[in-house]
Amino acid sequence: MARMVTTQRKVISTAAAWLVGFLIFFPILWMVLASFKTELEAFAIPPSFLFFHWTTENYVTVQERSDYFHHALNSIIIAGGSTLIAMLIAIPAAWSMAFSPTKRTKDVLLWMLSTKMMPPVGVLVPIYLIFRNFGLLDTRSGLIFILCLGNLPIVIWMLFTYFKEIPKDILEAARMDGATIGRELIYVLTPMAVPGLASTMLLNLILAWNEAFWTLNLSTLEAAPLTVFIASYSSPEGLFWAKLSAASTLAIAPILVLGWFSQRQLVRGLTFGAVK
Amino acid sequence: MKNVLCAVAGAAALLISAPSIAQTTLTVATVNNGDMIRMQGLTSEFTAKNPDITVKWVTLEENVLRQRVTTDIATKGGQFDVLTIGTYEVPIWAKKNWLVPLDKLGADYDVNDLLPKIRDAVSVDGKLYAAPFYGESSMVMYRTDLFDKAGLKMPDSPTWDFVVDAAKKLTDKSAGVYGICLRGKAGWGENMAFLTAMANSYGARWFDEKWEPQFNSPEWKKTLTTYVDLMKQAGPPGASSNGFNENLALFNAGKCAMWIDATVAASFVTNPAQSTVAGKVGFALAPNTGLGKNANWLWAWSLAIPAGSKKVDAAEKFIAWATSKDYSKLVASKEGWSNVPPGTRASLYQNPEYLKAAPFAKMTLASIDAADPSHPTVKPVPYVGVQYAAIPEFQGIGTQVGQQFSAALSGSTTVDAALSAAQSATEREMKRAGYIK
Repeated sequence: MARMVTTQRKVISTAAAWLVGFLIFFPILWMVLASFKTELEAFAIPPSFLFFHWTTENYVTVQERSDYFHHALNSIIIAGGSTLIAMLIAIPAAWSMAFSPTKRTKDVLLWMLSTKMMPPVGVLVPIYLIFRNFGLLDTRSGLIFILCLGNLPIVIWMLFTYFKEIPKDILEAARMDGATIGRELIYVLTPMAVPGLASTMLLNLILAWNEAFWTLNLSTLEAAPLTVFIASYSSPEGLFWAKLSAASTLAIAPILVLGWFSQRQLVRGLTFGAVK
Repeated sequence: MKNVLCAVAGAAALLISAPSIAQTTLTVATVNNGDMIRMQGLTSEFTAKNPDITVKWVTLEENVLRQRVTTDIATKGGQFDVLTIGTYEVPIWAKKNWLVPLDKLGADYDVNDLLPKIRDAVSVDGKLYAAPFYGESSMVMYRTDLFDKAGLKMPDSPTWDFVVDAAKKLTDKSAGVYGICLRGKAGWGENMAFLTAMANSYGARWFDEKWEPQFNSPEWKKTLTTYVDLMKQAGPPGASSNGFNENLALFNAGKCAMWIDATVAASFVTNPAQSTVAGKVGFALAPNTGLGKNANWLWAWSLAIPAGSKKVDAAEKFIAWATSKDYSKLVASKEGWSNVPPGTRASLYQNPEYLKAAPFAKMTLASIDAADPSHPTVKPVPYVGVQYAAIPEFQGIGTQVGQQFSAALSGSTTVDAALSAAQSATEREMKRAGYIK
């Protein structure tokens, strides 16, 4: 009897999990489906789910009109570059705060977080002027710099919480055995923090990939990433839903694939330290 | 070593053989509307005639473009050489000396051929600061088949009473057909464009001659009450989130008996590739209440050059090409007359081929002629603009008021509460900006 209840419960919870998963995934699925419809079918009421005339013409039009690969390459360079630099700065910062805290550590952490509380548009004009004077407008290095700055507080906070979970005693033991700081970081701390580092990197990458304020405002042509590519298909007067869907599908494809392959690391990292 | 020498020699040869014409690259910022995309596709025709100019396009969503271009022009960022802006920006920016006056458009440009209302809207003190690329007003688009079936006849210039009555009669919720589809989505360029134009026809105004906000006037109350009641009885569900595109989708799917919106929509609703009701659409002037003003707006997407641009000559050449009579002929030869950008030149409306291809042409022209940005409503006003007041503060105020009116439509607030909130918000902003004490 007890066994039956468990099986029943398992079936229900599995079905519920699938349902929730499907609900969350549905908008993306709908977008992908719309990208294979004609413009007329894309806004048809009632909408057709699978039985419509499948076409790839939207993808052809999108590629003809704007260079997808140019924008995708910019996205990869900008998101990747800003993530790497942010990690290089954040690892030592989080390490020092986690293992050698001072009286002010908490204040410093809160101050860092407080910078995220201001809406970015509040500093648009000063940042734009700085970028103009330094010749950084529409350059990849400029965007890498600003996205790195924007994400640093979150990266440091995440790494700090992961590092806090690592018992100090292990590091002390390593030190007793004569390990230098460098060795301690590479051979002791890093292997234990890999899931945390990986998930922080991934989250930072996704945040930088999706960032749509600075990338839209500080780039024009040469450095324009995929956010600009999508924005060019949104129209105030005209129905281009199918083309917009095709552009959006192309824009999220790389990060979706990356997320798919690294989901194990991501889940492990995000739940790291949740259960002791 | 030999290889290196060869490479150097090769590179030198390439440099010497490179064309000696200095290339000017123009960066054109624009919106993703059909006519602009068509222009983008025809750029090679321009560069073939002007081999020393290369054109690069930045296409952005309207609000993103407005923010992007405003930041760049205010900080003299120099990222764009040609801007696509509307009639709202032109007078404000021209007064700030942000735009280059367009006085070298060429002898054969025929500036007098521009429609007078549109030309006025992009000029300041008689000087042209932007060249209109396409112009629009608003009008009633209605389903002739549904009107015939109900035994109704749409006059060329209907009154609001007729429209309200017809909308109620034509609503058949069980069949999913609604009498009227109107904008409800909050925004100064969304619901407020429609509601300000509607209010003009009821004799309401945004400000009196001393810049005092007028939302406490009986005219505004009449406007908003009529709108909310009409939409509740004869509008589609969820109308408070409908903008131009949502209504276009509804109309094209056969869900609306009437739709009052931009005249450019006419070419979409009559295009069989986009619309399921293509052959059954009629057009009429936007409604009035007999006070002498119709509820139609005036807008022109125009091309302008930011002050401080180092490529003024090339930019002006491009603008002259894109807004010329020859450009209309070029589009007609490639894509047919019905795809020519409408609403800017008188000659287009005298062209029999265009009139034949565009059944909506006559009504578009009549609507544009019926709008007057200098005298938008019955009483005198201190501002210019039909569906907006051309002051920098209007974007913010218009959107705040639009949110109140959208809430009244969705039922989360009452008409009276929305009007009084609009009045106090506008008063506050106008005081802050120094217009009133």
